[in-house]
Amino acid sequence: MSTDLNDTHRPWLDPKQEPFIKIRGVTKRFGDFTAVDNVDLDIYKSELFCLLGGSGCGKSTLLRMLAGFETPTAGNIFIDGEAVANIPAYARPVNMMFQSYALFPHMTVEKNIAYGLKRDGLPKKEITRRVAEMIELVELGDFRQRKPNQLSGGQRQRVALARALVKQPKVLLLDEPLAALDKRLREHTQYELMNIQDQLGVTFIVVTHDQEEAMTLSTRIAVMDQGRFIQTGTPTEIYESPDSRFVANFIGSANIFQGHVITSTADHVVVRSAQDDTLQFTVRHSAELAQNTKVWVAVRPEKIRMLKDAPTTPGPNQLAGSVHDIGYLGRLSNYKIKLDNGKMIDVTHPNQTRPTSGRHLVDWDERVYLHWDSASAIVLTH
Amino acid sequence: MKPSTVPASTPSLRQSSGRYLQTKWKGLIIAVPYLWLVLFFLIPFFIVIKISLAESIIASPPFSSLLNWTEDGALQLSLLFDNYAYLWEDELYYKTYLNSIKVAFICTLICLFIGYPMAYGIVRATPTQRNILLILVILPFWTSFLLRVYAWMGILADQGTLNNLLIWFGLIDEPIRMLYTPFAVYLGIIYSYLPFMILPLYANIEKLDMNLLEAAAALGAKPLITFLTVTLPMTLPGIIAGSLLVFIPATGEYVIPDLLGGGNSFMIGKLLYSEFNNNHDWPVAAAVAVALLILLVLPMMLYQNVQARQVGVKT
Ligand SMILES: Nc1ncnc2c1ncn2[C@@H]1O[C@H](COP(=O)(O)OP(=O)(O)O)[C@@H](O)[C@H]1O
Ligand SMILES: [Mg+2]
Repeated sequence: MSTDLNDTHRPWLDPKQEPFIKIRGVTKRFGDFTAVDNVDLDIYKSELFCLLGGSGCGKSTLLRMLAGFETPTAGNIFIDGEAVANIPAYARPVNMMFQSYALFPHMTVEKNIAYGLKRDGLPKKEITRRVAEMIELVELGDFRQRKPNQLSGGQRQRVALARALVKQPKVLLLDEPLAALDKRLREHTQYELMNIQDQLGVTFIVVTHDQEEAMTLSTRIAVMDQGRFIQTGTPTEIYESPDSRFVANFIGSANIFQGHVITSTADHVVVRSAQDDTLQFTVRHSAELAQNTKVWVAVRPEKIRMLKDAPTTPGPNQLAGSVHDIGYLGRLSNYKIKLDNGKMIDVTHPNQTRPTSGRHLVDWDERVYLHWDSASAIVLTH
Repeated sequence: MKPSTVPASTPSLRQSSGRYLQTKWKGLIIAVPYLWLVLFFLIPFFIVIKISLAESIIASPPFSSLLNWTEDGALQLSLLFDNYAYLWEDELYYKTYLNSIKVAFICTLICLFIGYPMAYGIVRATPTQRNILLILVILPFWTSFLLRVYAWMGILADQGTLNNLLIWFGLIDEPIRMLYTPFAVYLGIIYSYLPFMILPLYANIEKLDMNLLEAAAALGAKPLITFLTVTLPMTLPGIIAGSLLVFIPATGEYVIPDLLGGGNSFMIGKLLYSEFNNNHDWPVAAAVAVALLILLVLPMMLYQNVQARQVGVKT
């Protein structure tokens, strides 16, 4: 018996695990517009799964198909092994938290939360008990008799969460749950959401367009664009090993150099820049690529080291340029470095020492030398 | 609630002088409708009250004056409540009142049952369909009300369109009597006042956030339960507004019962007309009118009350 700790936390790696939600070839068209395009996805029990993508890429539509508010044009959805195509929204074991919260304006906080339990015909005592529990969990004790329009944005968000969770659904769908909150409250609520999810063990599927939010919250992320999944993986996989320029640019930022493969061995590839013949990159890469393949080398700004002195021995992954712009953010600074060949490079450095007499590590127009480890860059083929 | 974006700075001199002008204009603007109401509603109403407290005499005008000089030169005010007592004592009057209310109530209910699904359907239609449907609802207003009631006479008559059609289809052998029956009155009132039910309902249902219905479904509410627990309470202001817009004018309706009901229908509007024109008893007619008004003001106040409470709920 395998009791590997990692595998209980990463059920998607274990082929014996049965996914809790299976999406198979699901397509949704509105007229001739395809909002969701032939999507396949497995989501496991107790995951906190994020659908991440720009506005209009079909995230909400996919979520609404899971909830039963939209019918797929093609494909099948299985929840807990059951095909849900013919199950109406009110009978599905899922619940949804709406972007607008959709609280019932004519009911108090308590009545809003109790609504779903009443529909199940539970005894009054049981309803009262569970509502009270839920109100405590989301810390709304002082507001139980208020109407939604007498609450702040953060309080409404918590009522919506409580209302959706009180029925203990197997799956909770959250459509941009934090988008309406201000930055500070959003960050705080992110952790709250994770704690609650952890406590209750409910499977969460969260839609968001905020990549930081997705990175913080999720066990896994699916990056969406124009109705398709571009890449699915853990936050680390998505960030450190994006498999396309789109993902590399969409999640964080990346410096991308176009080039051709010169040599490719089992453990590294050498790429010559298409823009500058003298420039060569060595990248540790597991897959072998044919010579002359057109590739892109991507490096994250925080993985580039910046020095004021020229390197003593020339080698791969070395660049030189001058400081074009400095963005001081306090804990770190973003530098725009203009390379000798004219290309702009983003470099991020933490401000580890306190600048004395108001001067930064480097100054405008100062000459700097850039360098990164061959394991820090990645090669992209599309 | 959206965060307030009003800066908390003290108002500048210019701003406050602007505000002063604003309040001055506001007062003037509000004065206009008040003046209108006083001139054309309150004063005539007091005249009607005055007439209702007078005695019927054969003269011109056919009622006594309330203020008289007695022989010893004192001013005498004689108020006669006989007319109101008469309304109470004579069975005809209160029966007619009750009948009017009954007819208006049933018509309102039927209008609601027809109008609600129609308004709901219009809201749910595609934008182009919606505009066409709304125009169809409003279209009858482009022809005269009287003309439309006359048209119904032509349709409902013994030799009218409907009977001819039914005979032609072989459904009946002899014409059914429809004109000059209560049925014709109900039909006429429902037909005429249906738009007044649909339009406020449409305005109200249109504002209903469809996400609320989905939220209810997600929480396990079947469509009927969603309707009863969310849609209905949320659209109650529209239901009340539409119902009053039908009920109040329908109670006092005169043309429809007169033309479609003939001599067989006793509604208060008709009674009023006959007191005035046939009996020339202006004081009794005025008393009938005042009593009707009081009868109708009550539900109106009820509505105001409910609306005020609704405002508290809906921001
Ligand atoms: N009911 C609908 N009718 C027509 N088009 C729709 C409908 N719902 C969504 N769309 C379109 O589908 C696309 C995806 O929408 P949505 O899933 O809401 O995107 P998002 O990723 O921003 O949540 C959008 O271009 C939107 O205009
Ligand atoms: Mg959306």
